[in-house]
Amino acid sequence: MSLKKVLSMFLVAGVVTFGTISCKSKISDADLKTKVETAVSASPAVLVDVKDGVVTLTGTVGSEDERMALESSAKAADTKGVKSVVNNITVKAPIEINTNDADLTAKIVDATKDFPTVKATVVGGVITVTGTLEQARVMVLKQSLDALNPKKVDMSALVVK
Amino acid sequence: MSLLNKYKVLIDTANASGISDLQMAEQDGVLQIRGTAPNADVKNKLWDIYNQIDPNFLSGDVVMNVDVSTAVAGTQARVITENSNLNVRKGPGTDQPIVGKAAKNEIITLISRANSQWWLVRTKDGEEGYCYAQYLEPIG
Repeated sequence: MSLKKVLSMFLVAGVVTFGTISCKSKISDADLKTKVETAVSASPAVLVDVKDGVVTLTGTVGSEDERMALESSAKAADTKGVKSVVNNITVKAPIEINTNDADLTAKIVDATKDFPTVKATVVGGVITVTGTLEQARVMVLKQSLDALNPKKVDMSALVVK
Repeated sequence: MSLLNKYKVLIDTANASGISDLQMAEQDGVLQIRGTAPNADVKNKLWDIYNQIDPNFLSGDVVMNVDVSTAVAGTQARVITENSNLNVRKGPGTDQPIVGKAAKNEIITLISRANSQWWLVRTKDGEEGYCYAQYLEPIG
């Protein structure tokens, strides 16, 4: 084999290798998945799946804003590699909190009926408990009031016997 | 100390207890917990842990409303009053007339839930009326 032939073979091999690499500038699904996962890592409840450059996000978040922000982050993770984002994230219903004082006040009448030594008042969804109560019944009272979904139950002024 | 650290044991236990629709979030300095426990034992365990972390609930930095999933119409529940009998009323409210009584530890049947506070029940004597949900512990 002449030197010329060997050189030309190297040249051909080089071109082929180079050409393959440049065509392969397309990122693999696995690498893309890692990139997107890093981009959305602030929301651990969100799962990432990638197929042929199409990113699918699943999971639940607390708000629509967060849901849309995650979609943007996934796209921005690799603007060339990410073909599209399928956003299957669902928004969790917000936690129910009752701040209707009139409604809470009416319900407290029933909730504290068996606690005659205790007085409970409501301002802005916060239930404030005063009076005295035996130790054994404190949990039942707290359960009874928490079941009304108030913003807060303040029992710091309750005297526990 | 953040609430999530302070109540870590409670949060971890809640997460590991098979509570459906579990919701936990800190809002206005209060850790709000909602969910439906698979049985009364899980609910009681969570309350014991909460009471250990914050004795007598003096801090007021948690509102925990955990229901029990076995509390569904047609099932049975035990009366868990302190000592006294449980009033059975004509309607859902303490202003309603008393139509019967259920003894402590008596097993009654849940007919339907009037609202978050009141159950329509049938006692073992066949009396029907409304009882305060707090004093009924679902069996099973």
